[in-house]
Amino acid sequence: MSVNIKIKNAIKRYGTNTVISDISLDIKEGEFFTLLGPSGCGKTTLLRMIAGFNTIEGGDFFFNDKRINAIDPSKRNIGMVFQNYAIFPHLTVKQNVAFGLKNRKYSKEDTERETLKFLELMQIEQYKDRMPDKLSGGQQQRVALARSLVIQPDVLLMDEPLSNLDAKLRVEMRSVIKEIQNRVGITTVYVTHDQEEAMAVSDRIAVMKDGVIQHLGTPKDIYQRPTNLFVSTFIGRTNLIEAKLVCENNKTFVEFSSGYHVEMKNVLETEKQSRKVTVSIRPEEFTISTETKEGIKAVVDSSIFLGLNTHYFVHLSSGEKVEIIQESKIDSIIPVSSEIYLTVKEEKINLFTEDGTRNILQGVRNDNELSVGE
Amino acid sequence: MNKVKQKKVVDIWTLMSLVILGLYVLFLLFPLYALLKSAVIGESGGFSFEWFVKFFSLKYYSQTLINSFNVTVMTTLLSLILGIPLAYFYNMYEIKFKGFLQILIILCSMSAPFIGAYAWIQLLGRSGIVTVFIKNITGITVPNIYGFNGILLVLTLQLFPLVFLYVSGALKNIDNSLLEASDNMGCTGINRFFKVVIPLCMPTILAAALLVFMRAFADFGTPLLIGEGFRVFPVEIYVQFLGETGTNYNFAAAISVIAILITAVIFLFQKFLSSRFAFTMNALHPIEKKKAKGLFNVFIHLYSYLIVGIAFLPQIYIAYQSFQNTSGKLFKAGYSFDSYTAALKRMSKAIPNTFIIGGLALVMVIILAVFIAYLVVRRKNTMNTAIDTMSMLPYIIPGSVVGIALVMAFNKKPLALTGTAAIMVIALIIRRLPYTIRSSVATLQQIPLTVEEAAISLGCSKLSAFFKVTVPMMANGIISGAILSWVTIITELSTAIILYNTRTVTLTLAIYTFVTRGNYGYAAALATILSGFTVISLLIFMKVSKSKDITL
Repeated sequence: MSVNIKIKNAIKRYGTNTVISDISLDIKEGEFFTLLGPSGCGKTTLLRMIAGFNTIEGGDFFFNDKRINAIDPSKRNIGMVFQNYAIFPHLTVKQNVAFGLKNRKYSKEDTERETLKFLELMQIEQYKDRMPDKLSGGQQQRVALARSLVIQPDVLLMDEPLSNLDAKLRVEMRSVIKEIQNRVGITTVYVTHDQEEAMAVSDRIAVMKDGVIQHLGTPKDIYQRPTNLFVSTFIGRTNLIEAKLVCENNKTFVEFSSGYHVEMKNVLETEKQSRKVTVSIRPEEFTISTETKEGIKAVVDSSIFLGLNTHYFVHLSSGEKVEIIQESKIDSIIPVSSEIYLTVKEEKINLFTEDGTRNILQGVRNDNELSVGE
Repeated sequence: MNKVKQKKVVDIWTLMSLVILGLYVLFLLFPLYALLKSAVIGESGGFSFEWFVKFFSLKYYSQTLINSFNVTVMTTLLSLILGIPLAYFYNMYEIKFKGFLQILIILCSMSAPFIGAYAWIQLLGRSGIVTVFIKNITGITVPNIYGFNGILLVLTLQLFPLVFLYVSGALKNIDNSLLEASDNMGCTGINRFFKVVIPLCMPTILAAALLVFMRAFADFGTPLLIGEGFRVFPVEIYVQFLGETGTNYNFAAAISVIAILITAVIFLFQKFLSSRFAFTMNALHPIEKKKAKGLFNVFIHLYSYLIVGIAFLPQIYIAYQSFQNTSGKLFKAGYSFDSYTAALKRMSKAIPNTFIIGGLALVMVIILAVFIAYLVVRRKNTMNTAIDTMSMLPYIIPGSVVGIALVMAFNKKPLALTGTAAIMVIALIIRRLPYTIRSSVATLQQIPLTVEEAAISLGCSKLSAFFKVTVPMMANGIISGAILSWVTIITELSTAIILYNTRTVTLTLAIYTFVTRGNYGYAAALATILSGFTVISLLIFMKVSKSKDITL
């Protein structure tokens, strides 16, 4: 049985230091929900409040309609996967997986059957009699996952479960996690600081900073229309360029310092006024032209050929440094010191107020603001 | 809303804290209070500092303090000078028979010091076999080993192994790349030893120095046997408390208080020093032992064998002596087990007492240490910090002072424990607990909290998570710590000598009694049995901990 998780006005303090101030969330049943943010943003703290390992200084936590604030962690029926896996080193793989069932007073046959089922599901049945120190990191991860799922928890909580694995295994394990979560259909809260990992596994992501949710949405929402400058720089790579918003004759333009300007058709009506703006242009949102002299003039400083793509590092005449990604072409790479001209894909770029606090384009979807507005 | 203020949870662990706190108040603070009270009651029965005045105004008494201090500082320095190079050679270079060497070193550190003292008297005393041998051959009289020199010799040979074990542990934590980096920048050999290795080991060296200082300062058996006219203060306390010529409890208490103050100052001074060298290391690539070349190789082998050989000599000699035939108090020709049978017949209770009293103490020490370690590491709060601080108090209190304080606290109703086995058990628990707590805390700190949380999230209650997960994970650390505690418990003398009576004689006390009566053959037999127990305990330790590394 899966539940939805409601958090209302959660507050966490350590002494006088407020780590989380007033977070509200509504995590849907069966959803793969990720808390993403730099270290110290409060994401693990919030997860541990859901698990019951941290005290709750304010607010209400619900599983469906049941308030869980005062329920002991051992009674919350939560499956938890820890950063260091927290495998019991004195028990075999099988005993580890069976541990929770024994606490729940399952009969011997049921314990055996369920344990084997999840060992098979995680493809570790051949290691069932091994001690944990004889397992690789990826295998330990699978044990941890099997152990947390076998008790048929209402909620699965995962605290940076992949951060101790090497890069290749991390990619492999994240698809395992996603697939298992899909198959079991369990509400999952996942904590990570790796934005690529978050994009790969999540239905929705809450981007956090300083104990506050900045943007809550699908991976596509937060990547393409980030709600503020922090989100646009934290999710993926981007170039920030100072520019001016010019409104004249019912048309709105972005004008760069070089004089290059493009018409923007998707600026919010309320934001249409001439002023300075910060433009966020992702490396793939530039088009390089060497022939026509239209666009922002730039000089190539260096380039990296990565097969599928080629990265160019250039500087503009204003001195700003910019990274550009182009699909690799069959002809030669643009040589260093070449003069090039950059145009932007105006439907993809994002405009922020000068202080970076909000996106002034249409199409920003932030579930966090919806729930706050309720 | 947001009114939800979490109430403090009163759980099973809060109860545990209260019980342990109560035990400490009753068996540690109360005796110390009794000691202090006794120290400030004058001859007339009123409040007075006269005993302190007496101690400091009469050179006869104050000299004991100066003597103790001198011999202890010299012992500490000499132990460091012998122990650090030995550890360095041992961990940096290939030394033949190193496993065997290490076992000998550990054995040296684990015998009761007074046994070493009496063996050295047999070897180098006025009529010792080495003295006589040299005199017969060369006509030279070797320098007197009684007094300062003798105490220094015995305690240094007894305590340098501790420095060796501590520093070896630190060297194992040095990453090889640090040494390679040093080489790379042109700092090699002896230069590197002083500029890189010693500073890296400094926290450990200071810890070892403190331990050696405390042991040497409080040691009672050695100066009593070999000190003769060189009077030190643990002996003075004993004489004032139980001496043959007029005892004075109040004066003994006053000297005890002075002793505690001195050790406390030393302890704080060491804390201050080591706070300036605080850093942690963790070797990914431990030092690879190299083969030394040429003369240097000969030198390090000679150095290692010679020092360990000399330190181990007393034990060999005593084992040899235990098989010699005796006639009365004199040794005569021929070998047999007669000393064993006679000694065991005369002290038939000694071995059962050692196991019963020591065993009870050990069980209690383990249980208390595990609980206290858990409270200190996992439940940090004011009460548990207080317990932590209190648990370290006995570390700086000399053993004989613990004994005296207990007698003063429990010699009348409602808790008249003096003369019972219970008080000896309590004394051993108090003295040994700090060490076992430290090792349990270290073990527990290496176990991530998340493992316990995993158990709780899988449906365990707090207490069952502790017993099902935490305790089994600590088991190896606990058992190895317990065996080492066991060894120190069965070789303990300075507290027991104040608390025992004929019904509660243990092996060490029996040996001590035989030595003072001059029954050297019997003493040797029992001392060999004691060494046998020590060896067996160590072998079990190595089997359990699967390592040859020992830290006390």
